[in-house]
Amino acid sequence: MKLLHKGIDFYMNHKKLLIMMLLVPIMAVPFFGFSPYMMRMITLSGIYIILALSLNLLTGFTGQVSLGHAAFYGIGAYTSALLAIRFDLSFVYTAIAGGLVAGFFGLLLGLPTLRLNGTYLSIVTLGFCEITRLVALNWMDLTRGPMGLTGIPLPKVFSWVIDKDAEFFYLILILIILTWVAINNLIKSRTGRALISIREDELAAEAMGINILKYKLIAFTTAAFFAGIAGSFYAHYASFIDPQSFTFDESIQILSMVILGGMGSNLGAAFGAVILVSIPEMLRGLQEYRMLMYGAVLVIMMLMRPQGLLGNVKLGDILNKKPVNEEEVSQDA
Amino acid sequence: MHKLQIEGLTKTFGGLTAVNNVAMHVDDNEIVGLIGPNGAGKTTLFNMITGLYTPTSGQLLYQEKDITGLKPDKITDIGIARTFQNIRLFPMMTALENVMIGLHTRTHSTMFDSILRTKRHRTEEKNNIQRAMEILEMVGLESKQDEYSKNLPYGEQRKLEIARAMASNPGILLLDEPAAGMNENETAELTGFIKGLKGLGMTVLVIEHDMRLVMSICERIYVLDYGSKIAEGVPKEIQSNPQVIEAYLGKGA
Repeated sequence: MKLLHKGIDFYMNHKKLLIMMLLVPIMAVPFFGFSPYMMRMITLSGIYIILALSLNLLTGFTGQVSLGHAAFYGIGAYTSALLAIRFDLSFVYTAIAGGLVAGFFGLLLGLPTLRLNGTYLSIVTLGFCEITRLVALNWMDLTRGPMGLTGIPLPKVFSWVIDKDAEFFYLILILIILTWVAINNLIKSRTGRALISIREDELAAEAMGINILKYKLIAFTTAAFFAGIAGSFYAHYASFIDPQSFTFDESIQILSMVILGGMGSNLGAAFGAVILVSIPEMLRGLQEYRMLMYGAVLVIMMLMRPQGLLGNVKLGDILNKKPVNEEEVSQDA
Repeated sequence: MHKLQIEGLTKTFGGLTAVNNVAMHVDDNEIVGLIGPNGAGKTTLFNMITGLYTPTSGQLLYQEKDITGLKPDKITDIGIARTFQNIRLFPMMTALENVMIGLHTRTHSTMFDSILRTKRHRTEEKNNIQRAMEILEMVGLESKQDEYSKNLPYGEQRKLEIARAMASNPGILLLDEPAAGMNENETAELTGFIKGLKGLGMTVLVIEHDMRLVMSICERIYVLDYGSKIAEGVPKEIQSNPQVIEAYLGKGA
């Protein structure tokens, strides 16, 4: 345990350098001669890294625990798939469209949540996730319901058609870097400080002149936008999507990644994603006991390091946040 | 014309009248005290001035502009900043970041400026850090800039909260019991500090229980009891006012 803490301190002090050094072997991954199955796992981890990074912006940095992230993932996937199938658009456009449509729904979900905090907010986002899934399941004309959308074309970036494992890998890597840089730049700025202050103490933030509604909406919209882009990539990559891919379980999975990796840490969220994608695969030999082990790993982790691997915020602190209402304030009087 | 003018301000919670028909004013570059026994409604009054509560009736004028019922962030933007009785810093943000939040209303880069690292973001950020450091220096916390605010000792947290409020360059600074929990030395230092704010041209409205502090820095004092204003005047008048003595010590004292 001590070694782990030491390692984390070392990381905190040499963040930039370490992340840069990590990038070199990652760039070389396609040359390691991995099996197609392995490449598929790596690419899948990449998708989850984007999902975890985006949810981390909303949950880890802004303190809004969302159980509906899979909905934005799904909305992005369906938007891109439909645009690609019906209009044969290039991935550049379908991805942006997927992000924008998901972002728009993020904005809509953000609006009623202004006065909701902690667990209440989580329940609303859970409901949103279910509604999205049910719409996808029942709007036959658009989504073909449980049959799903098949034959989604391969992604095209202008004239470059992506069809090899290595190409998919580099495409997701580029998307991860874009997401990472955007979210990182956002966090280390006037806007980012405003978001973090909402997580820390909403009432004080408001009293310091921060428009809570505006900044919560920024967090919801931006998080949904990047989840939509992840969905868009997934649709083209898998070439088939159905409502089963974007259920509530998926939301929980993404949230677990953020919590395990460490809320409020981008590298933590990325690690969380890689770990939770690979653990079930590594435990395949255990067959039916595999999910049990998976659960045990999560429980042990939470007991030993409740703020997650690299995070500095505990889930409990966010869920038990001081409510912002008159009774609470009037105790000061 | 008064800088802040309060007319017939009332706030009721259910059947309880926390603040009852209070009128008061604060002039430019003045230090005004607000005192009264526990539960007299002082903080409720602060909460109405800063927009956390909407008054049940009455009017708030800041520089002759009606600010009654505006949202807290708007009121800070207009020029009224405050501290809290039970410190409300951002615990997992550094001292510097806490003060930089105070600069929020005085800066303008958008989320796109930050994502794209535009020139506006870079120059503003540079100026912000410089300005925040200056303010930290004013309260003597410049060496603590990278400490998480939750790790600062109590007295320094109080100072940091004042620094954060000052960062918004307020027309009026509202201090809610700044000396609460401080020892005598710290209180004396704070007294000097608040006096110094007047020299910087600031206007201060302060709630405080420490009578020595109040009497030595305030030019005028308002006294609340059970939500109503029972006295106002210069410190000398307040000290000898029988109603004030009765409110604090009870009848027959």
